[in-house]
Amino acid sequence: MREQLPALIVVVPLLAALASPLVAYFSTTLVRWLSIAAILVAHLSSIGSLVHALTQGTWHYHFGGWAPPWGIEYVIDPLGGVMAVLISFVSLVVVVYSGPFLKEYDWLKKGIYYALFTLLTTGLLGMVVTGDVFNFYVFLEVSSLTGYALIAAGGNRATVAAFRYLLIGTIGASFYLLGIGYLYAITGSLNMADLAEKIPLIIDSPVVLLAVVMFVVGLGTKMALFPLHGWQPDAYTYSHPAAAALIAGVMAKVPAYAVLRFFFFIIVGSTGPVQSALEVMGWLAAAGIIVGSIMAIAQKDFRRMLAYSSVAQIGYIVVGLAIGNTFGLIGAMLHFINHAIMKSCLFLVAGGVKFRTGEHAIEKYAELSRKMPLTMGAFLIAALSMVGLPPTAGFFSKWYLVLGALEAGKWPYVVVIIISSLLNAVYFFRIIENAYMKKASPPLADKASSTLELPLQMLVPIVVLGLGILVLGIFNEQLVSQVLQYAIPGGGR
Amino acid sequence: MIQEFLAGSLIYWLIAILFLLGIYGILDNNNFMKKLMAMNIMQVAVILFFLVLGQKSGGTLPIMIGHDNNVDLYINPLPHALMLTAIVVSLSTTGVALALLMRIQDHYGEIEEDDILRRMNK
Repeated sequence: MREQLPALIVVVPLLAALASPLVAYFSTTLVRWLSIAAILVAHLSSIGSLVHALTQGTWHYHFGGWAPPWGIEYVIDPLGGVMAVLISFVSLVVVVYSGPFLKEYDWLKKGIYYALFTLLTTGLLGMVVTGDVFNFYVFLEVSSLTGYALIAAGGNRATVAAFRYLLIGTIGASFYLLGIGYLYAITGSLNMADLAEKIPLIIDSPVVLLAVVMFVVGLGTKMALFPLHGWQPDAYTYSHPAAAALIAGVMAKVPAYAVLRFFFFIIVGSTGPVQSALEVMGWLAAAGIIVGSIMAIAQKDFRRMLAYSSVAQIGYIVVGLAIGNTFGLIGAMLHFINHAIMKSCLFLVAGGVKFRTGEHAIEKYAELSRKMPLTMGAFLIAALSMVGLPPTAGFFSKWYLVLGALEAGKWPYVVVIIISSLLNAVYFFRIIENAYMKKASPPLADKASSTLELPLQMLVPIVVLGLGILVLGIFNEQLVSQVLQYAIPGGGR
Repeated sequence: MIQEFLAGSLIYWLIAILFLLGIYGILDNNNFMKKLMAMNIMQVAVILFFLVLGQKSGGTLPIMIGHDNNVDLYINPLPHALMLTAIVVSLSTTGVALALLMRIQDHYGEIEEDDILRRMNK
């Protein structure tokens, strides 16, 4: 069983997703436990694979026994392993959390919700463990299609947002597909490791240049890199409240991971188009950080504010990649993890407040700290982490990014990061002020019937993620020295 | 010269035009259904691109018949296999999009983008 771990990461949630509607017909409680169990298995398998990759080197798993480059292989290296652990963890937390939102649904809707949710997890996990560029495309579409459906489940506005996202997302995916078409035409291979050997020999060819441009546009659209982020605020704002945390927290991270994978592991070379592509992406991201932060200040809806702040935060990751030295890449990797946890936590809080009071507007957050002390405590930690105050996790990723920018002599990035931290402080302190200092008038509507501020299934995930931010911050040195330094190119063995 | 162009790179230019026409259609049309059709045109362009990559003149099926294996004449089957997957993806994307369109039509009574956006933001 142990040697099959990389396959289990994908196969178990996939099978659970297929079985979900049928299981839901017999028992809606069972389908919930099935989904939780499947994602838990995927999580444990990811951890097992990551440990194996760290102790014994990169793990190549040949699917169906076909040797690469002919067959599809799954590759668990420290980078993919870290991402798989992160995705399955967030997904596990969110699936536990989503229970109370589905109370009113009938068996069919519940079954389909859990099927879509586990399928989305499958797609995201598949993208990070696969070693084949076309297989990556298939998982990209699996996660996108389920993403559209989960966004559309959020109501009538959400349907329009999902449709518009579907059009833009499909354009992005088509560009990615054209990109791998060019790489295949010139190398005759789809295997990532094989491509990494063949491409450096032809790095100056115009075909590689075209492929790089296609990847920048395609993956940039998928990860909502400024100015390709137009779909994102609506989609995140109106998506189904139970799934929003997973969609907003990790869905955009995986294309960013793909940029790291392609531009630092596959298309490598001291000359060639990658450096200029990263340079362009870095400047776009820097502009996106500023614009996203300013737009976030202007929003009245909490979720919409978070969505614009995501445009800014994905910018940090791309800036880290554009800096490109060890500190920059560690900062980007750390920000993958930190931002996924922080943004999921904030969306869980938004969902929790909606569940309790039915409100999303920021001004309605007045006096919430007394009604929902634990939720608002988690929010406070996450908000401070977004601003970047030590010892929360957000401080350390920005610290590494600034160190990297200084070392590379790229001063403008330092200025951008510091300005955007100030802007972050503006929009988060506005909510903190509302929640902790203002008096509510008129008194808040209260839907809660029990003594707890939220059902336990929702409260525990929020608190776990809130504490997770602190834990990540305190143990960031161990995380970097034990795991992340092996995940970046040139690190490890 | 002209023959070389017709036989060689003309098809790629046509595919590029088709792809860009699809994107232009998505951007330019106001009707969601027409946008969806333009999206399909764009996807067809990508599929054609891959199929042309696998094509060669005088090629034959990559099947060994008896002992007569003209390996150098075989058409590369891999792009076809890839595009079979891409067609399935395109089909399911269209399916999801049509389902969403039905929901939009049910609620808003129309599928014109500017009207719907105006009503959404009210």
